[in-house]
Amino acid sequence: MNFDKELDARGLSCPLPILKTKKSLSDMGSGQVLKVVSTDCGSVKDMQAFASQTGNELLEQSEAGGEYFFYMKKK
Amino acid sequence: MKKMAIIATKGTLDMAYPPFILASTAAALGYDVQIFFTFYGLQLLRKDLSDVKISPLANPAMPMPIPMPVMVQMLPGMESMATMMMKDKLKKKGVASLEELRALCQEADVKFVACQMTVDLFEFDKNDFIDGVEYGGAAMFMEFAGETDICLFV
Repeated sequence: MNFDKELDARGLSCPLPILKTKKSLSDMGSGQVLKVVSTDCGSVKDMQAFASQTGNELLEQSEAGGEYFFYMKKK
Repeated sequence: MKKMAIIATKGTLDMAYPPFILASTAAALGYDVQIFFTFYGLQLLRKDLSDVKISPLANPAMPMPIPMPVMVQMLPGMESMATMMMKDKLKKKGVASLEELRALCQEADVKFVACQMTVDLFEFDKNDFIDGVEYGGAAMFMEFAGETDICLFV
C-alpha cells in the first residue's frame, strides 16, 4: 500500500505508539496516509480505538514476524 | 469537545504513571484534559523527579526478581535499589520516562493545576515546580470536573 510518511514505533510501549501516531498525523495533510510499524501487541486494539475516536481511517493492519503494520489515513 | 479530569494524589513511581499515561492519551484522542495535583501528587510537578520512587514495602503485589521478606525490604537502600531496578525495567520495555510523558502532556495542552492548600501545607517552593502550572483549589477543580465525561481519582 502507498503511504506518505512512515513512523517507526518499534520497541515502544503504550501509550507512546498512539502519542507518536497523533503527532505524526498532525504534520500531515487531509487524505494522506501514515504507515506505523510497532512491536507492541497492545497497539493493535489501541490503533483501532484511536481511529474510531479521532475519525482518522485505519485502512489496513497486518502482522509479520512480531511486527505490526498500520496504515492510517488522516481525516 | 470531550473532557477528562484527574486528581493525582500519589507521589510514588508506580502511581505517577497512570495520570500521565491517561492524560496524554486522552489529549491525543482530542479530549480537553486537566490534572489536579494534591498532597503527594504535587511531587510529580517538580522539575527534579528523583524523589519519586517505588518501595517494595507495603506493596506485596510488586513483582520481585527474588522473594524478599519484609525485614529485608526495610533495610536502608532498598527503596533506591527497587527504584533503580524498576526504572531500568521500564526503559528496557520501551515505556516512556515520567519526564517524557509529562512533557508530552504539556505539549498536548493538558492543564496542570497544583492544589494551593497542599503547596502551603508542605511549604513547597513554587520555583521547584515546572513552568506552566496553575494554582487553585477545590472549587476551581469542580468548575472543570463538573463538565467532564471522565473524572478519575488516582
